[in-house]
Formats: sequence, C-alpha cells, structure tokens
Amino acid sequence: MTVTTRQKQAPEAVRPGGRQYSDRTRAERRLGWLLAGPAFVVMLAVTAYPILQAVYDSLFQYRLTAPQDREFIGLRNYAVVLTDEVFWRDLGVTLLITVVTVAVELVLGFALALVMHKALTSVRGLLRTAILVPYGIITVVSAFAWFYAFDINSGYVNHWFNWVPGISPDLNWFADTWTALFVIMASEIWKTTPFISLLLLAGLAQVPDELTEAAEVDGATWWERMRRVVLPNMKAAIMVAVLFRALDAFRIFDNIFIMTKGAYGTETLSLLAYRTSIGRLEIGLGSAISVVLFICVLLICFIAIKLFKVDLAGARGEKS
Amino acid sequence: MTSVKNTNRRERTIWTILTVLVLVYALFPVASIFATSFKLPSDLSTGKFLPTTWSPANYEQILVGNAQELFLSALRNSVGIALIATFIAVVLATLCAYAIARLDFPGKKLVLTTALAVSIFPVISIVTPLFNLWRRIGLYDTWPGLIIPYLSLTLPISIWTLAAFFRQIPWELEQAAQVDGATTWQAFRKAVVPLAAPGVFTTAIIAFFIAWNDFVYGISLTSTQAARPVPAALAFFTGASQFEAPTGAISAAAIIVTIPVVLLVVLFQRQIVSGLTQGAVKG
Repeated sequence: MTVTTRQKQAPEAVRPGGRQYSDRTRAERRLGWLLAGPAFVVMLAVTAYPILQAVYDSLFQYRLTAPQDREFIGLRNYAVVLTDEVFWRDLGVTLLITVVTVAVELVLGFALALVMHKALTSVRGLLRTAILVPYGIITVVSAFAWFYAFDINSGYVNHWFNWVPGISPDLNWFADTWTALFVIMASEIWKTTPFISLLLLAGLAQVPDELTEAAEVDGATWWERMRRVVLPNMKAAIMVAVLFRALDAFRIFDNIFIMTKGAYGTETLSLLAYRTSIGRLEIGLGSAISVVLFICVLLICFIAIKLFKVDLAGARGEKS
Repeated sequence: MTSVKNTNRRERTIWTILTVLVLVYALFPVASIFATSFKLPSDLSTGKFLPTTWSPANYEQILVGNAQELFLSALRNSVGIALIATFIAVVLATLCAYAIARLDFPGKKLVLTTALAVSIFPVISIVTPLFNLWRRIGLYDTWPGLIIPYLSLTLPISIWTLAAFFRQIPWELEQAAQVDGATTWQAFRKAVVPLAAPGVFTTAIIAFFIAWNDFVYGISLTSTQAARPVPAALAFFTGASQFEAPTGAISAAAIIVTIPVVLLVVLFQRQIVSGLTQGAVKG
C-alpha cells in the first residue's frame, strides 16, 4: 500500500538507449535482482512482516500473562484505543511536540546553515565538526545531560536562572507538564537540529550565486534577498527536511522515557504503545496502538505528498 | 581606506561571535554531563556547573568498581551488535546500491521506495510483534535478536546514501575494464570497489551512529546483561546503593560512549557531512 502510493512519486529512471532484450540485457536484469534482492527481502522481512503480524494480533484479546485466553474480538481493541481519553491526550502531546520542535529546528537549523554556508574556510571545518557532535551523540546521553542540568537535586539551571521570574531553587521541572515538556523538547531540538541544518546547507548550496548577487546589485536588502531569492529556490530542500524531521519527531520516545517516563502528562503515542505491550504485556491492545501509530505516519506522509507536493524521491537523489 | 578596514574588523568580530555561539550550542550539553561525571555524590547538589573537586570515582565505579560488570557487558553488547548490524547493512546496501546506480532492471524504483518507506517506519510499531515472536523462537535477549531489527534502521539509509555516492563514480573505468575482457563481476571488483570504498566507509559511519543510538529495541527486546546495549542499560542503572542516585556513574558511562562519536566526527567530519547531504538532497 505504502509502496504503490509512493511509487508514483518516483520519477522515471533514466534508461540509456532503447530497450532490447538481448542476452546482455537479460543478464543485466538477473544480476540487478541478484544484487538488490537480498537487501530488498531483508527490508521487507524486518518491517512488512512485523506490521502485518501487528495488524493480525490487534484483532485479538491477547495478554501474555494469560495467553490461553486469547480470543478473536474483531475491531474492539481499536474501539478501546480510540475511545480512551489517554490516547487522545497522548496524540495531542505527540502532535504538540512534533509541531513545536520542527518549527524551532527549522529556524535554528536555517540560522546554523547560513553560518556554515558563509563561514570563512578557516573555521568551516571546526563548525561542521562541532555541529556533528549533537548529531552523532546518543539520544539517551543527550536526555541525561539535559535532565541533570535541570534536575532539582543535581542541576544548576535553577541557580543560574534564579533571577528569571518563575525559576527558583525549588522549581522541579519534571513535576509539571509544561516545564517537563520544555526540557524534553530542548533536548530533542538540540540533538536533531544539526541534521536539519545540514539538509538546509545542501539546499543553500544549490541556490545559484548569480541570483543573489544580481539581487544585491539591484539594491535588495539582506532580508529581501532571503525571502525573494534564497528561500523560494530551496523550497524542495526545506520541505524534505521538514517532512523527515516531522516523521522522526512523531515517534519521539528516548528523551521522554529518560526524563519523565511519560509521567505528568508528557506521554506520547510511542510511550503509550511501549507501556501497553512491553510494560503490561497486552499484546492485542498494544498492537492496535502500534497500527494506529503507523497509520498516523502514513497520513502525515500522504498529506505532505498530496498537499505540499513534497517530492521525496526526487529530493533524495533519484533524479541525477 | 579606514572605513574598509573598519568593516573588515567588524566582520571579523561578528564571525568570531557567531563561531563561539555555534560552539557553545553544540558542545554545552556535552560539557555539562562531562562536568557532572567528575562530581562526587556530595558535590551534586551544590547547584554549580563545575565540580568543586574533580574526582575520577565515577569512572572507577563503572570501569573497575562494583558497576563494572553491568557497564562493561553493556559496552561489549553495544559495540558488537552495532558493528555487526552496520557490517551486514553496508554489505547488502553496497550490492543493492550498485545495482540501482548502474544496472537497468525492472523494480529499481520499488527497491528505493521500499527503503524510503522503511526509514520512516515508527520503530515502536514493530517492537510489539517482534517482542512476542522473539520470546517464542528464543531470540529474545540475544545478539541476533537485536541485530536483525537494527537492519531496519541501518539498511535503508545505507542504500540511499550509497546509491547517491555510486551515481557520481566515473563508470567509464568499469566499461574500460569490460572492454579489456573482464566480466561484469570482475569489473565490479577490480575497477569499482576501489572507487566506491570512500562512499562505503562514510555510509558505515552513518549506519554505525544510528545503530549505536538505538534505545527502543534495546529496552524492549532484552532483559539481562546478555544483550542489553548501553543506552538501555543506562536507563535501568540503579546506583551503588539504593540511597544514592546513580547520577555520577551514568554521566561517566555517557561520556565513555560519547568518545567514539566525537572521535569519528573529528576524524571524518567532511565525509559525514557529504554522506548525509548527498543521501538526502542532491543537486
């Protein structure tokens, strides 16, 4: 299903010359599948098979604590999930985190990309190396770093920002939804902005210098050049970066698990699925949540591709 | 004349400030946990950034002390599992990307779109069925039990990155080899592999980062030191005694697992940037 919908997006591969079914062509086709086949099969085996299994399991009342009571209940698990207040609250939190982090990352990432793009060659390497540290660092490590900095016992943020109204040494950041979400999103933004900024940097490099120079000669200010020349020319790169980050942010798990374990209203759909299946061993119900989560991801993709005309395949290198 | 000099100096100052800002942004959290990792338990609640006395006690605890077994087994698992998952992904992706970049065969787009679909897949959605299946067939809490799902993370990005790299290789060399009588396979091995090696290496680094970073599979599909990787082990780490928060030990462990990341980034900054941007947006 996913494959066919998105396949239409991929532009025609360039075929050198006409098509003749000579021995050589046949040999090439055989070799093609021989080489690409194993990777293709492995990808299907590690994703398509489990998700189909999840769809099947979601139709049963099935708990690992009482496996013999497994019973076919049709779509009732979905009814339970979709009528549960917790599900909608978690969906709301997930969407909020997705929208806020991606928006902030886009602005911050663009600023970083501009700095790297314009930087003198002497510091360019240094900047890129520094930027790659958050990219490469383990998310859990980032989560702990931010957690310990803000933590009421081991942190220093409360002491440093004592002068800010609302912040005092007694402020427990992780005991309230909004302050906890603030730190969770800060860690997520810190860790993933470098990726978005590198994508935007590549987009910036594609904007022809003549265009910006011409605009400058015509007396356009920096802001006008950005808005009228640079941004329109890197729309594709921005769209792809946003879509990829949005899909990634939508599955946020690590930061929340480390900082609050989903307590105080910070739970997201991924945590809900984890808590249900792995924590409470409710395989049937957990599978239903997993399937709903998967459908959400498909929806986001569909909206992005249909509404915003994001050409994923084209931007990811299929056009060469 | 003086005005030009002034703008130059002003520009230099602006650039210095910007560079420092970026450095602070990128490195501050690392510095923060680095400082924490040298704090004694009594030093934790002072509300200061730096430790009052720099103590290696936390590192001793996880490397030679009572948390040694817990941390070192997790480190062994992380290194082993991430390296094997990277290796398998890069081998499969190299063959696949070569076929995509070079050969004409039906289904090429299907392979690429599948890779794209797999890379956006929500990990948590496949954890539940795998958890259940692994328990039944005995892969739960084993190395292969993590290596197999890690391929869902490492393989798609490897295929995209390598396909982008391979499109830029001058393939005339391969044709030249074939004209000289080499078979397709020989041409691939003798002419292509040396040209492709840098791209393959870069892809391996990116795939390794992703496998090294995994948390969801790590906590869901393991239960003991037999296979639990570092990120998952950190989440379940309980201090030296139940009265003492494991803050210091976790920070020290976090710094140790960040060392390989920093080393790779410092040594291969240029390659990683080109790999990430080529696989993603290509002109």
